[in-house]
Amino acid sequence: MLLLTCPYCGVEADETELTPGGEAHLTRHGAGSSDDDFETYLFMRKNPKGVHFERWRHAYGCGKWFHAARCTMTLEVFGTYKAQTFEPPKALINNIKKKRPDWEGFVK
Amino acid sequence: MSNAVSAVQGASFKGSISVKDAGLQGMITLRGDLGSDTLAKAVKAAVGVTVPGVGKINTGKKGSAAWMSPDELFLLVDYATADTVVAKLEKAITGAHVLAVNVSDARAVFNLEGVGIRDVLAKGSPADMSTSAFAIGDLRRTRLGQLPVAFWLDSDTTATVVCFRSVGEHVFNWLKAAAQKGTLPKYYI
Repeated sequence: MLLLTCPYCGVEADETELTPGGEAHLTRHGAGSSDDDFETYLFMRKNPKGVHFERWRHAYGCGKWFHAARCTMTLEVFGTYKAQTFEPPKALINNIKKKRPDWEGFVK
Repeated sequence: MSNAVSAVQGASFKGSISVKDAGLQGMITLRGDLGSDTLAKAVKAAVGVTVPGVGKINTGKKGSAAWMSPDELFLLVDYATADTVVAKLEKAITGAHVLAVNVSDARAVFNLEGVGIRDVLAKGSPADMSTSAFAIGDLRRTRLGQLPVAFWLDSDTTATVVCFRSVGEHVFNWLKAAAQKGTLPKYYI
């Protein structure tokens, strides 16, 4: 069972209380963008084997969207953080680097 | 004026714990910046309690205020006074980016009583119901079966469950099934 701590209400919520929202930190190319950018935004996802940043919503709880860093291989949860940001917090990235020395780092 | 009734019209059930429709309960949703002085003063004047901390419910003589999300409070008052309280709140928050709505008729409330309340709620919710994780004064928004609910403990043997009125009957029936005699795992007793 996947357990994520909601950074807004502090509840350690299990998967059934949450709604997944796919990959985090996407750039939303909209009207006026090039076809390539728009295609990338719509269809292209990283789908990495290893460290992955995701969006989750505490749907049955406080209803807020938040971000989570997980490993797609081991399902280890590195941490969760609030969604009002364009990139993961430095402390979390350092923490992940310690645990996964081979990780290439956060790439937007 | 129409004759106001609660979701399951006062039905009650007695099994391993008792499940009772709480009847008409005044409920107000208040959204805004919970850290602002304007809102704190308005809440204090309306229900006589301070703004609750994260995941908490504060209860006073006039009513209760519960933390629902970083920008939402849930106020409990007498059913008959709910509209007056909303009017008072709206006056107190004039100019601020705050919203107060009387949702009394859009929610259903149930009272649970018995030593097995933690066991019954734990049957349908992933919430940690142990005494160390969930105490009197804590409020948990979670699911019960497949439906969103919020509940809190009023004492060691009484709990209150709030859900959307449209699913009130289902939640009542769910609680009835979960509270059948001899079905408690007695994990938390």
